[in-house]
Amino acid sequence: MAKLILSVDGTVLKEISLAKERTTLGRKPHNDIQVDNLAVSGEHAAIITILNDSFIEDLNSTNGTLVNGKPIKKHFLQNNDVIEIGKHKLKYFNDAPVQNAAADFERTMIIRRPSVAAPMAAPASPPPPSGAVLPDTHTSMRPMAAAAPPPAPAAVVPAAAPSVAAATPAAVAGAVREAAIQVLSGAAAGRTLDLTKNLTTIGKPGVQVAVITRRPNGFFIMHVEGTLFPTVNGATLGGQAQQLNDHDLIEIAGVKMEFFFKP
Amino acid sequence: MALTDALQIISVSDPGRVRGHNEDCVESRPDIGVVVLADGMGGYNAGEVASGMATSLIATGLAQAWTKATIGKLSREDAAALSQSILQEQVSIANRAIYNTAQKDPQCAGMGTTLVTCIYHDNFLTVGHIGDSRLYRMRDDALEQITRDHSLLQEQIDSGMITKEDARQSHNKNLVTRALGIDPEVEAEIHTYDVVEGDIYLLCSDGLNDMIEDEEIQMTMFALRTNLDLTAQQLVQAANDAGGRDNVSVMLVKVLKSFSVERGFWEKVKSLFA
Repeated sequence: MAKLILSVDGTVLKEISLAKERTTLGRKPHNDIQVDNLAVSGEHAAIITILNDSFIEDLNSTNGTLVNGKPIKKHFLQNNDVIEIGKHKLKYFNDAPVQNAAADFERTMIIRRPSVAAPMAAPASPPPPSGAVLPDTHTSMRPMAAAAPPPAPAAVVPAAAPSVAAATPAAVAGAVREAAIQVLSGAAAGRTLDLTKNLTTIGKPGVQVAVITRRPNGFFIMHVEGTLFPTVNGATLGGQAQQLNDHDLIEIAGVKMEFFFKP
Repeated sequence: MALTDALQIISVSDPGRVRGHNEDCVESRPDIGVVVLADGMGGYNAGEVASGMATSLIATGLAQAWTKATIGKLSREDAAALSQSILQEQVSIANRAIYNTAQKDPQCAGMGTTLVTCIYHDNFLTVGHIGDSRLYRMRDDALEQITRDHSLLQEQIDSGMITKEDARQSHNKNLVTRALGIDPEVEAEIHTYDVVEGDIYLLCSDGLNDMIEDEEIQMTMFALRTNLDLTAQQLVQAANDAGGRDNVSVMLVKVLKSFSVERGFWEKVKSLFA
């Protein structure tokens, strides 16, 4: 269960479990968390807890509520957030595993209506959410995940083999070395293309296209379209993904290019 | 126009990298343009019983109810209306069967499943869904989520309690407010949309959209749009690379060409006066 640690000037005053759906905070004695200080309004803020999530809402207090140094009206609390009310601080702890691989926590469960506290806002309204239309910038948002070690330069790992270490998505970024391809022939000869996205397509649309995917265990090339398959170091690519090694030579749609890891 | 020539359908279902077994289930009937995806839950291994029952009952039920004999003579509007009522009916039948099994068999107590299913006909699609399995549509290069989850989190987003950005950090992702097989009656949310040549539809379980962002789904579907097999593999692989904490299923339906129903002279005349 989530909890708050109330402190002032570094001295811990008490610990509050967020067991109730609504926990109030203020100077007056009827509050769940009473903070008897003139900088605190009578009814200063409320913390609303729905199952494993908590929100703090400032109740139009005179001196305001800060979370992590910023004034808020309403805020979705995250583990280790620090709430400041006058000189008092409340640190929020919620160690329910949002990002770890605990086998059971994400199992889908049904929650019966009427649901806890969420007011219903027309659950059956037909139009799809308008915010779902995406810009066409193809930058991937996925953090470079996975505890997989950077690939040993010569190791050929079949694409289907999952890296053994159970991926912990919050793990060290930068596990994948940066890489790029340099065009060696044709009109664009000399140009370098950084492989910063999880997917980069190369070739000529409609003629011959391949994709280079960036994965936790390295870079892989796969055929996408066209009757001819690209070659890597002179060998024609099969139907499977092939891992790219430093200085591999790719030929696609009549253009030669070199894959390399950046220093 | 035979539907099998107009629609390319690819299905992949994968247990992911953490779960021991796959509680998702997918089934398609290309000849009648039907795709069904379900993500089961509850009980000891009963989730896959629920999802398996849902996909096979609904696919089979639709194959019987949605035949040329029933739809061949209908106008487009009437066919769309019929597709909606037939879908609701088949969902009710499947719901009742899963519910009864869950009541009778102690091993299956409490099982249920999400559902997303589409019928394609005459350049429209009718989609029904329950829970947090989704339908997306990629038209040109824009990806749009067509269904809205029946989940606690979606209700919180709708009511303004939480922003879409904050929702990704929520601990309450896995709570659905509607499921098949939990209560004696359930209502699917059903809508009909026009279909355009070149559209690519994605049906997926939450094992996909919880693991990777919509931006990455869009990027993958756009970059690999000429190779549907590879798109499906890549989506599953991306979910697994991101941790693969849940079963992940994707069904892709690409509209290769228009599949409008040819109508005879008499129907055309009648439609003029309709």
